[in-house]
Amino acid sequence: MDFDSLINGLGGHTLDGLFRGSVYALVALGYTMVYGVMRLINFAHSEVFMVGTWTVLGVYTVLGAGEGSGTMMVIAATALALVCAMAASATVALGVERIAYRPLRKKNAPPLIFLITAIGCSLALMETFGYVLKVFFGEPFGRAPVNIPSPLRTSALIEIGDFRLTNVHVLVIVGAIVMMFALDTFVNKSRIGRGVRAVAQDPDTASLMGVNQDRVIMMVFVLGGAMAGVAALLYTVQYDITSWSAGFLMGIKAFTAAVLGGIGNLRGALVGGLILGIVEVYFSTLFDSSWQNVWAFIVLVLVLMFRPTGLLGESLGKARA
Amino acid sequence: MSAITHPLRSLQIPERWNAAPKWVRIGTIVLALALAFYLPFLNILPFAYVRTDLSPHGSDWASVLFLVVVYMIAAAGLNVVIGLAGLLDLGYVGFYALGAYSVALFGSPSSPVTEWIAQRFGLSEGWAVPFAACIPIALAFTMIAGVILGAPTLRLRGDYLAIVTMGFGEIIRIIAKNADPITNGAAGITNVPVPPGPEIDGRSFFNTSDAERWYWLALVMLILLIWLTRRLEHSRVGRAWLAIREDEDAAAIMGVPAFKYKLWAFAIGAALGAIAGLLFGSKQQYVEPGGFHLQLSFLFVAMVVIGGSGNLFGALLGAFLITYLPERFREFQEWRPFAFGVALVVVMVMRPQGLWPSRRRAREFADRRHEAQEAAVDV
Repeated sequence: MDFDSLINGLGGHTLDGLFRGSVYALVALGYTMVYGVMRLINFAHSEVFMVGTWTVLGVYTVLGAGEGSGTMMVIAATALALVCAMAASATVALGVERIAYRPLRKKNAPPLIFLITAIGCSLALMETFGYVLKVFFGEPFGRAPVNIPSPLRTSALIEIGDFRLTNVHVLVIVGAIVMMFALDTFVNKSRIGRGVRAVAQDPDTASLMGVNQDRVIMMVFVLGGAMAGVAALLYTVQYDITSWSAGFLMGIKAFTAAVLGGIGNLRGALVGGLILGIVEVYFSTLFDSSWQNVWAFIVLVLVLMFRPTGLLGESLGKARA
Repeated sequence: MSAITHPLRSLQIPERWNAAPKWVRIGTIVLALALAFYLPFLNILPFAYVRTDLSPHGSDWASVLFLVVVYMIAAAGLNVVIGLAGLLDLGYVGFYALGAYSVALFGSPSSPVTEWIAQRFGLSEGWAVPFAACIPIALAFTMIAGVILGAPTLRLRGDYLAIVTMGFGEIIRIIAKNADPITNGAAGITNVPVPPGPEIDGRSFFNTSDAERWYWLALVMLILLIWLTRRLEHSRVGRAWLAIREDEDAAAIMGVPAFKYKLWAFAIGAALGAIAGLLFGSKQQYVEPGGFHLQLSFLFVAMVVIGGSGNLFGALLGAFLITYLPERFREFQEWRPFAFGVALVVVMVMRPQGLWPSRRRAREFADRRHEAQEAAVDV
């Protein structure tokens, strides 16, 4: 128990928590949307995120962006990485839907079977980066973690004692919140968003009213995937690293965040992600940091025991609230 | 319309089996058992290709057989939880680890726990709980863990339960890794006790080099447990599990105390996992947290579901395929996890009911599929 260091650095720790939490929140969106519409945990979503991080690495490598790049290059590389990561993640998410989920939906299989195919997809995707691509292209693919040289230079905007707000903090937190609000508006205001909400409320009635259920489900996977792509870029900006197994812990934490906020609830994902991030940082400061990854699970169990619908309640159908 | 199309179906094996005279059935079972016990020494040519030690980097054949049987025990236990009671448990590795750790912690003279007990009660140096006493300790521990985990979580909906149990499995591993004063941390525990037996050539009967003895021990254990779980399945408890799996609310209305039986399923599944872990730890004579990764949990679930959840022999088949095939094709070392992932997707998409489902389950799947087709025609 190390209360002193927690209290003394409270501002810095909170900022650090928000910083982590914003990435959790973006990944959590993918879980929450798929769950809201299909009542199914998309286990392969963590690998959708992982593919995004590798895409960012690919874009930087192709453009030759690195630590010494000029301002224009930094902006161009980051923007292009963002677009490519979103596209790649969305494609993978859509691919998983088409290959693994759609045939099962046609057979009306029970949820357990979806879970197993998702685990299969997840394993196949992880191994693709951990081994298969290495066979064909060699490094940097493989089991070793890869460094992603972020072209962005960290510079402190505000510095008061231990508290240090950098441009990277601002980019990550603001970026995450902006993306969340964009998605929230899209689901609440647009025509397609109305379809998504309709299917989430009642799939049968929605299809009677002329909503194309298959198209809505594809849309949900694409949107969730794109958000995972954004998360992937922000993650690489934060940690400068990726690996074939980068998705695993992220997936578990993001899922915890989704449940914490109320699964199926878009705003819940944001709240859940940020709270989880802060809790994690506080507890790692209080206790030994080797227990860091236990907190997410403990929070999850406590939430499910005392408030199984999450903090903001579930249901994408009632997204307008 | 709802006929189950399956090439094996036309052979009408179950019907013929039931119609065969008693001596044929008993004879077949005895033959199959004899073959199972003979397997480690199988050396007659066309059949010997099943061995895993033909190539230079192959793994020891008897050890592979032992592992297959250990995983079969775990699959039989998980089949009670997933297949019969319909509870999705993704943290089964936690129970497996608890089983292995309880025999290591109490049975090994060099574990922190036995050292503490010996010091506290002034026992002689090198004192440890005998192997036979470790079994009830392991069973008690895991069953209590199963109830502690189950009591708050079994009221949750299916997919939430999956995640919470997954968390449990991971927490057990992290505790084993981090709680140095109790579990020796990442270094693990050595000198895990082996079952007692007559000494041969100055070595104990169960030692590290004669793996076939371990295999026979595990096989005897498996046969016993198969018999027990079959009895359980066809008892009042088993019927209650099936009722809960099919429709929990309806079962509760009919007077089945759903929560109580779900808890029982959890505890019994946990106990079987513990036995598997105990055998594993004892044969290795070394237990360390790295051996109990979450991926092993997924592997256990995959065994049950690929084999055909709800059918004990389906789960055993799944355990056999998933353990044996990767060992047999060791030449493809690094391709194996990838191939496993792809195989999971392919098998589940082509045959969601599993390779060898129980008849009731197969009907149910065919029915659901039929409903889906009807719904598609209507729209």
